[in-house]
Amino acid sequence: MVYCIGHSIISPLGEGSQANATAVQAGRSGLRVHTSRFADVEPFCASLFETPQDFTALCIRSVEMALKEAKIKPEEPGVVFILSTTKGDNLDLITPAQAIARHFGNPNPPIVVSNACTSGVCAQITAKRLLESGIYETAVVVGCDIQTRFIVSGFQSFKALSPEPCKPFSPDRNGLNLGEAAATIVYTRTQTASLTEHRTQIRWILEAGSIHNDANHLSAPSRTGEGAYRCLMDVLDGTDPKDIHLIGVHGTATLYNDDMEKAALERAGMANTPVSALKPFFGHTMGAAGILETILCMMQLQQGTCIKMLSGFGGVNAAIKLKVERRKGES
Amino acid sequence: MRVESEIVITPEAVVLNGEHVAVQETGDKMLVELYRHYVGAYPKFFKMDTLCRLGFIAAEMVLKSTDRFTDGIQNTECAIILANRSASIQNDTDYLTTISDGNYYPSPALFVYTLPNIVTGEIAIRHHLQGETAFYVLDKPEELEPILLSTLNDKNTPVLAGWCECSGPNMFYAKIQLIWNNLSNN
Repeated sequence: MVYCIGHSIISPLGEGSQANATAVQAGRSGLRVHTSRFADVEPFCASLFETPQDFTALCIRSVEMALKEAKIKPEEPGVVFILSTTKGDNLDLITPAQAIARHFGNPNPPIVVSNACTSGVCAQITAKRLLESGIYETAVVVGCDIQTRFIVSGFQSFKALSPEPCKPFSPDRNGLNLGEAAATIVYTRTQTASLTEHRTQIRWILEAGSIHNDANHLSAPSRTGEGAYRCLMDVLDGTDPKDIHLIGVHGTATLYNDDMEKAALERAGMANTPVSALKPFFGHTMGAAGILETILCMMQLQQGTCIKMLSGFGGVNAAIKLKVERRKGES
Repeated sequence: MRVESEIVITPEAVVLNGEHVAVQETGDKMLVELYRHYVGAYPKFFKMDTLCRLGFIAAEMVLKSTDRFTDGIQNTECAIILANRSASIQNDTDYLTTISDGNYYPSPALFVYTLPNIVTGEIAIRHHLQGETAFYVLDKPEELEPILLSTLNDKNTPVLAGWCECSGPNMFYAKIQLIWNNLSNN
């Protein structure tokens, strides 16, 4: 089994997972209208850091925070670094991944997962497989994207951006907001020293993961939510949908995406399960989204079982299922 | 795991299951030549960037070269797992010219190809494959092996997998295999 032993979020809303969870609970949002951030770009509503961040340095800070909680030694050969990003450091993905792994003295080649919006969930599935296959013992999964003139101009050319804070699953939703953040989860598997030393009352298990393509359209999701539905059925794998306490939806607040997710949830018999859509607080943080939103699903739900699902460009969908293990006699 | 068929495409040569395929052209023009010979009526091909054309042609030829695929066994659950080093850099560079200073006119047709995983989506759509699609960016092709092994441990499906690298219209390399998972046993 694969366990979460540490995590962190750095976003415009705060430093650390707890600071971000507190901000969300207090109803604070990072979304602002930006008029002069990038030359030529029309005003846009996004969640951006006050001062532009260096991609690699931001990832390193997020990993440092998560490692402090996980108490692992990143220089050991059983540890692998996985970076989830779509545009990396100014279109370069492999160089920052290598710089991050090298910063922590890690001897293994880092893996970059670049699977559009689903990258962060897919990176966790990659980690789970590598740990369960015995190839590695521990995975440091970090997701990050920094907003640039390149990305914002492209989404504006798609006419996909909302001029105001987005409204996921609302009848009057009118597009998405972009955002920037870095988030890290450290996973380890059964019978590792890191797990034995991780003495908390509550432990999250990454139980299942699945990725499916709609095979329908490059940028518009399937109307029936085919790929997302298949992901849900895979991760449920016989679990009664009533036993799922929370679903972290992608909820970009575009017309198509939210319709598709609704269709997939209804088909999977989960129309009445509570959903969490966090983009009104953080915007769409791209490579960070799947990791940031997984952490906040876990923190919103300190007991029970939850699902985090995502869909993205290239028609790809992904979902993971997480379950709490409560341990008696531990502090 | 067993390799069912394999293709290698460079700007000058195409080798399918160990045998050279005759081509007249080189580079991106060669991909168009292969498209006319092996695909035909799929005009969307001409919208694709070179990375997508490369993966699309490689997938077409490797899948058509095996009876297993044309027999339709588990087709819809075939996974597509590709990797490279440069992500979508060639198309990213093309998109950048549409937002250059003094000439700002962002192209949605180019922006859609500024993600490396789009090539896996194009292949999935073409062959109606609703299994897993994933794209990894790695320093070297051999670094895909542990990822593939652990994926095959987890999934009982055939996998179209390999390296699909493109840094310019005449600078590319693909080595893509159709791998039959032993667990499938058929």
